[in-house]
Order: sequence, then C-alpha cells, then structure tokens
Amino acid sequence: MDLFVNAIVAGILLGAFYAAVSVGLAITFGQLDIVNIAHPAFVIVGSYIAWILNSRLGWDPVLVGILAAPAFFLVGALIYRIYYAAFERTGQESLSGLAFFFGVMFIIEVVLILVYGVDYRLVSASYLGKNIDLGFVGLPLRLVVPFVVASAMTAAVWLFLSRTFTGRAILAVAQDRLALQLMGADPVRIKQFAFGLAIATTSVAGSLLIMIGPVEPSLGRVYIGRAFAIVVLGGMGSIPGMVIAALLIGVVESFVSSFAGPSWAPAVAFGALLITLAVRPSGLFGRA
Amino acid sequence: MFRNRGDVVFWIVLGAVLLAGFGVTQTIANEYYYTAIYAILQATIMAVAWNILGGFTGYVNFGSAAFFAIGAYTAVALDKWLGLPMPFLIAASAAVCGLMGLGVGYLTLRLKGVYFAIATLAMAIVLETLINNWDYVGAAKGVYILTPEKVPFFSSYIQLLFMVMLALTLGSIAISRYLNASRIGRGLAAIRDDEVAAECAGVPTLRLKLISTTLMGAMMGVAGAPYPFFVTFVDPISAFNLFVAVNSIAMPMIGGTAHWIGPVIGALLVGGAQEVITVTVSSELNVLIVGIMLVLFITLAPQGIVGLVQKWMKRRKR
Repeated sequence: MDLFVNAIVAGILLGAFYAAVSVGLAITFGQLDIVNIAHPAFVIVGSYIAWILNSRLGWDPVLVGILAAPAFFLVGALIYRIYYAAFERTGQESLSGLAFFFGVMFIIEVVLILVYGVDYRLVSASYLGKNIDLGFVGLPLRLVVPFVVASAMTAAVWLFLSRTFTGRAILAVAQDRLALQLMGADPVRIKQFAFGLAIATTSVAGSLLIMIGPVEPSLGRVYIGRAFAIVVLGGMGSIPGMVIAALLIGVVESFVSSFAGPSWAPAVAFGALLITLAVRPSGLFGRA
Repeated sequence: MFRNRGDVVFWIVLGAVLLAGFGVTQTIANEYYYTAIYAILQATIMAVAWNILGGFTGYVNFGSAAFFAIGAYTAVALDKWLGLPMPFLIAASAAVCGLMGLGVGYLTLRLKGVYFAIATLAMAIVLETLINNWDYVGAAKGVYILTPEKVPFFSSYIQLLFMVMLALTLGSIAISRYLNASRIGRGLAAIRDDEVAAECAGVPTLRLKLISTTLMGAMMGVAGAPYPFFVTFVDPISAFNLFVAVNSIAMPMIGGTAHWIGPVIGALLVGGAQEVITVTVSSELNVLIVGIMLVLFITLAPQGIVGLVQKWMKRRKR
C-alpha cells in the first residue's frame, strides 16, 4: 500500500515536470504545426547551462533557468527565421522541416558530447537532499521544487495564451492566417514570437530536469517520446489537455518502474504515442 | 533485364565492380581496408533502402536503426539457437524485417506525413526497450558472437564478409534502380506528389505503399544481418545507434532522393569522407560533420547533389 501511494505521488510530481517539458512543444507542434523534434535537445542544453553556472559559480539552478530564458528566446526566434525562409515560404515545410530539426537535434547532442563528454552531470543546492515527511509518504524536495516551478510556468504560459492579445494571436495564427492579418497582426512575427517563447520554456525545463536526476547528452531522446506522446494525447495544443496527459504519463511510468522495473519505463510513453497515433490521432480530448 | 543500352551498361558496371572486389581480396591483405569499405557498403544499403520509402514514396522513416538492429538480432538469435549458416541468417533477417516493414506499411493507412515519421521513431524506442529486456540475446549487457577462424576461397573472415556485403549492396542498388524506372516506381512517385490524387486516378496506393515499406524493411534487415559477425559484439546501444538512422536519412538527402543513383552517390561520398575523417581527425567530429551537412543540404539544396548536377546541365544546354 505504501509503495502504491508513493508511486502515485511520485508520478504526479513527475507528471507536472513533464508538462513543463511539453508546454513548449504544445505551442510549436500543437499550435504552429512545426514538428520541432529538437525540442528535448534544447531542454538538455538548458540542463547543461544550469550545470555549468551551478558548478562554477554556485548559482541556484532554477535561477539560472529563468535568467537564461531570454537568450533561449532569441535563439528560438532565429531558428524560426531560418525555418521560415528555407521551408515555410516555399511550402515544403512538413518533411524537409522534420529532417531539418532532426539534424539540429543531432548537432546539439554531438556538440555537447564533444565539449563536455558523455559523463552524467549533477547540480547541487542546499535544499536538494531534503525530504518533507508526511508520515505515510515522503516527499523529496528534488521532486517538489521542480513540481512547484513547473506548475507555475505552465500556468503562466496558459494565462498568457488565453488572456493577452499576443497569446490569442498565437492561438489564432494556426486557425486562420488571413483573419489574423486583417486584425492587424503579422503572422510571421507572431509565429516567430511563439517559437521563441516555446524554446524559452526549455531553459526552465532543463534546469528542472537536472535537479530531478543526472543528465547526459543523449537523455533528450527519451524525452522525444514523452513530449510528443503528451502533446498528441492532450489533443494537440490544448494546454489543459496537455497537463492531464502529462500527469497520466507520469503516473503510469511511475507504476511501471515501481512494479515492472525501471528498464521498461521508456516504453510507456513511446508505446502510448504509437497506440494513440494508430487508434485515436485526435488525442484523449480532441474531437474525432 | 536488358531493355535498352543503359541497362547493358549498368549490368556491365555491376559485374565489373563485383569482379574487382573479388580481385582485391586476392591481392590486398591489410584488413583495415575491408573494415572501412564494409562500413561504407552497409551505409549504402541502408541509404538505398531508406530512399525506396523516403525518396520514391515520400514517407520519412526515422526508425531505420530499428530495422537494422532487428536484422542483426534475428541473425544473433538464430545463430545461437540453430547455428544456421550465413545465407540463411540473411534470408531470415530479410523475412523478419520485411514483415515488420509490412506492419509499418499498414500504419500509413492512418498516419500521413509527420505523424508517420514520429510513429517510426517511437517504434524504434519500443523495440529497443524490448531487446534491452530480452535475456536470450544478452539484454542490455550485449552478446558475443564467435566467427570461424578459416574460410574457403578467402584468406580471412573479414574478406568473406566484405564480398557478401558487396554482393548484397549491388543487389539492392539493382532492385532500387529497377523500381525507380518501373510502373511501380511511377505509382510511388504519384503517391509522393499527391496521395489523394493518385488514389483518385486509380493508382493502387495501399498495395504500392506496402510493397515499398516491405522492400525497405527487408533491405535494412539484410544490411543488419552480417553486422554481428562484423563487430563480434552486439548490444542494444550500438545496434539501435541513432547514427545509423541519421546516416540513412542524411546520405539520400545529400545525394538526392528522387533518382536511384542519389543515395548511392551520397553514401559513397559521405561514407568515404567519414572513414577518412575518423582516421585523420576523430570519430566524434565525423558524426558532427554529417549532422551539419544534412542541415545545410536540406536548407540550401533540397534536391541534393543529383539536383545540383541536373540544374547545372540544364543551364549549360541553354
């Protein structure tokens, strides 16, 4: 029974973090129709920046994640510019664009290996080793802090998308470009902003990832499955649907690794993705 | 077989290459060359196979490494279980991976474009997890393969493997070339350009897609089957290497995907450069260079080298 409760709690904490990893992809893949398969690779870059500044200067990883976000935003905007000029304008975005991001992901991974090697990296902070003990279940702070930060970020992105003019323009650009132009907004600039925002969230998500556990360059591949499974399950671009899907994947993965062994955990997300794509591509909450 | 002069030239070249390969094994003893060329030939089969689905039909497969690894592990399992000789192992791998390809082909019924690509990537990871937990073939620890000390006709085992691989490569190039020019190839091109229009025009899209995915899978299985005997140690990390998948996408993209010669040019060029860079600089850097070349070609020359040459010839004619 204790194991059962612990698995659920760990799954929920982990699920909220998965939502933070996927929220950027929900914008790029779900709203903008840009299959950014390199999204998890940017998360790993975020982890490495947190590790560098934490181990050299002793900065708090969450702080680093937030401070680095503007730089990530600029990188994202630049990548969208290249993507737009090379693929979107010529109308061959889907497959060439996919291969393009596949190459970007590969380059990021190899550069990290070349510069920092394949060792596992960790961050240290005074609170990371501590536990909140609730009697029947122990909450390690290295999961609770990411849970809180991840929930705050996901909520902030959701509020931004649903309440501000720019946010609503991002939701609109996927549906009707022309109507957006008539409202006095430039679709290319809106998409560039949205893509930058999505990449900026990976900075924070990366700093959370390295708090939860050690990180090495190829870890991003596992998150491709998780992030895409969550976005597709959540109904492509709906933030609340994405959060529910993230919690679901987190809990199921946590159960599988507690009861069947951790080596089976990666198959959960990819299996879910494969089944969803084959059986119900509109996701759990989409209209079929 | 010989429909025109091009066919005659093609088969003469193929026979000459095979003979030259055999001649080389009788004169050069240095094993390094065979190891290097084997790697290039393996990449060529993978590139040619990927191109049948990716280039001719327009469905991007990110899971090439899965077909390759299942081919390798089929050979490992059958070698351990029954101790079959190599030709049977290759045929068995082709059959298993062909069936896998057929299954992937049925996926195309529901999944188009990017969704299909993501599904193949997911399939690769699910299969890697299965192999990681399958103790009979060594699970995550990997498995050692014993290779015979002496072989007939050749002075070492690697030379035999080299000849096997050369024959398989030439065979897959011939299949790809035949497909490209045949009715099937024209049907596949119609699917690539507009699947709905092709269906409406009476092209049997499902049957053609199934042929295309099955052939691709079988060829990749064939490329993987001799791999355990080449490296003598297989584990899931090396067999499901992302680099295999990247190479089999990058080589056709760099060479040019619409024509059968594209992946061959790309594989020889990129594969050759990789061997040189691995020896002279470092193996990590060579991986990086492939990634950069892939991104540069997709953004700047989406038609690949074949496209560039065609454009240049057109300009000269004017």
